[in-house]
Formats: sequence, structure tokens, C-alpha cells
Amino acid sequence: MAESVVIVGAGIGGLRTAEALRGAGFEGAITVVGDEPSMPYNRPPLSKVALSGGVHVAELEFRRKASVADVEWRLGAPAIASDFTSRTITLADGTQMSFDGLVIASGIRPRRLPIPGPETGRYVLRTAHDATGLRNYLAPGRSAVIMGAGFIGCEVAATARGLGCEVHIVAIDEQPMFRPLGAELGRGLRSRHEQHGVNFHLGRTVQSFLGGDRVNAVLLDDGTELPASVVVEAVGSVCNVEWLEGNGLDLTDGVLVDQGMVVDCEVPIVAAGDVARHPNSLFGNIPRRIEHWNMPTETGRRAGASLAALLRGQQPDPGPFAAMPSFWSDQYHHKIQSFGMPGIATSIQIVDGSPDDACIFEYSDDTGLVGVVGVDRTAELSPYRKQLLDR
Amino acid sequence: MVTITVDMDKCQHYGQCCFEADDVFALNDDGQLEYVKESDESRRADIESAAEVCPMQAITVE
Repeated sequence: MAESVVIVGAGIGGLRTAEALRGAGFEGAITVVGDEPSMPYNRPPLSKVALSGGVHVAELEFRRKASVADVEWRLGAPAIASDFTSRTITLADGTQMSFDGLVIASGIRPRRLPIPGPETGRYVLRTAHDATGLRNYLAPGRSAVIMGAGFIGCEVAATARGLGCEVHIVAIDEQPMFRPLGAELGRGLRSRHEQHGVNFHLGRTVQSFLGGDRVNAVLLDDGTELPASVVVEAVGSVCNVEWLEGNGLDLTDGVLVDQGMVVDCEVPIVAAGDVARHPNSLFGNIPRRIEHWNMPTETGRRAGASLAALLRGQQPDPGPFAAMPSFWSDQYHHKIQSFGMPGIATSIQIVDGSPDDACIFEYSDDTGLVGVVGVDRTAELSPYRKQLLDR
Repeated sequence: MVTITVDMDKCQHYGQCCFEADDVFALNDDGQLEYVKESDESRRADIESAAEVCPMQAITVE
């Protein structure tokens, strides 16, 4: 009987891994299990056009290769447990599924901070469902308090301003997007937001939410009280790995894998997407999770090929994994784009323009250039990408 | 023959496609995407890869 694969996670990482399994000649049954009710869809628009123009998840669905037309999708069915010895997973409804090979692509979820006060009126933004709930509260005259000044927080702020909301960003960081981009560019991006009317409360934390059944204000640690029709919590992520506990895996920060995305265990198991902590030969092979949009495609392609080899009884390609992390962010009419890993840099230098205008920043460590970020300079970044690939 | 269509209402000119198939997709001096609408069958894999990596999922390959 042909081997079977179960993929836990129906996002882009699960989809790309399924396609790569077929691309590598795997002909057995593939079942994809996902906690959301939707087929794999593109998340970046959720913080932008989908919030302002409406969320139509069908329009955001990824086109799927013909090779995965026979894949079975079990959607709205989160995995809650797994047993590698018996090669089974358990779904929330109690269903047990057995597998010969397993793909871990269960992704991440927004971090929630334990803050006292009403629960209602607090939103996160990860899924189409989240966006649908949130957009009803982004309207002229409403006040949105956004916790976190990372990319999602800043994109939501820009969108909410466009929809006429009063917007406050509360963050512990000294500048928005400080950790990936550094202080100088962070300051430049902050001034763009301020020109559009966003109020920053930096170096501050939320002490409690105020209101009766529903949040109507937010109390900061310095005593400031901000009116809040809605709170958006964009303070980082947590890996969906609880269902993997009890199998002896290193789950300290996602799932540790080797350069082939293979998990170190007796059973053919790979991981892909946001949850995979993988080496990258372009950046010293230190295992890292990289939550950039292009990485699930890169890790999924490799994971699918590796698992197909393992299920044939062969060794996966032992070659290095070399993938260029890339991210982009739209805020107002500005395009921020990055290649490499600016967040690991020890020195940052502006090489073109000004932080308040179109600009390019180089990010380096003791090995040389590790990343580049451009604002409204997309076409000029490609030589840097090549330079980073040649590291 | 591979037929390429880019939905220019969706395209945000990030240029990710250019890295997968630079004979088909390019950003011009103004940073705007330009592309050829037909290419040889031998280029299909790279062109499909370009469609996969488009952040806006604006590229259709037939």
C-alpha cells in the first residue's frame, strides 16, 4: 500500500510542501489538516486592502498547482496531539489520523499579553476571521489603540488612519520597527506616521483595559488614559507547537530542523513555514525562525523534496539551505522593502537619500553586509540582493 | 507557449518575480513592472515560480 502523508497546517507553508511532495514524485495520499475553515490564502492583504475594502477570503486564496488536486483538505480541524511512535495525530474532534510521513506547518498565532480588564473589544490580526471582526470597528470618529509598533501594528495604523480613525500606537520600543530596522530609519518612519496623524506612546506599556463589558479606554503605565473604541494587539507571535509535546522535540522556539527541513527523530518528519527553525547558509547556518512571507515557499519546497526522499528510503539532499529572506510593507503610499537579515546587524549605515524621504540603509555585522532596506527604492535594491546571495 | 498575465490593479511593483524569471519580468527606471506576455515552454518552471513568489498573487500563467 502506498505511503501517506499528513500535513498539519493549511497555510502557504502546507500548500507549498504538498506541491513540492508531488513535484518530487510522491504519489501517495496527502491530507492537509488546518484549524481555519479556509483553503490556503494570502495573509499580507489582511492588514491593508482587506481591512479597508472588505475581506473576501475566496479572492485571497492561493492558486493551487494541478498536481495537488487530489489532496484531501480537513479544514476547521485543529491538531491537538501527536504520537510519533504510533505515527498518529489527534484532531480537536477526537479523530485520530495515522501517517507514514508528517509535515509540521502549523505556523504561529498572535501573542496575547495577560492584561487585566474587559476581554471584549480586543482584537488580533492573523486570520481573515480576525480581519472581518476588526474592520467593523475601524470607522471615522472611532479611536483605535494599537499595541505594538512592528510591521503589523504600523500597517494597521496606516489603514485605520485612512479609514478616519483616531490612532494611538503604544509600544515599549524606542522607535517603531526598531528591532528589524534600527533607530534612524524607525524615526524616519515614525515621522511619516505622525504626519498622517498617528499618536505614538513609545517606551510605554498598557497597564489595564478600562470599561464595563467592553473596553472603552486603555490605561498606560505612566497614568495616561487613551480612549479606545477598539484595541489591536500586535505584540509578536507564539508558535503553534503544543500538539507536538511529548515526542522529545526541541520546541523552545518553533521546531528545530536541519538544512533539509528534517526533524531529528526516527520517523520521516519535516517542518516548513513560520514554525520551522532552520539553518541558512547565507547567514552562518545558525538555526532561526524567519517570519517573512517568502520563507514558507522556500522552506516548503525543500521540506517536500526531503520528505519524498525519506519516504522512498533515500537520504534527502544534504546540500546547504540558502534562501534570501525578503519582506515588504506598505504604509500610506510608502513601500518598505528588505533583503537579508537586517535584524542581526551590528552596524547600520544610510547610503542613499534621507530617512524622511526615499532612502537605502545597509546593515552589516563582522562578516560584512547582512541586509538592506529601501524605502521607495525598490528597483535600486536588486544589486544588493545579488551581493547578499554571493556572501 | 507560456502565456503570462499580470493583474496591474493588484501589482505593487515589488519585483520579486524579476528574480525568478528576469527574461520575462523587469522593473523599469521608474520602478514600474514591465513584462513580456508570451514566453517559450522551456521557461515555464521559472515563470510559475515567479507567480508563486508574487506577494500580491497578481501573476497568472497559462
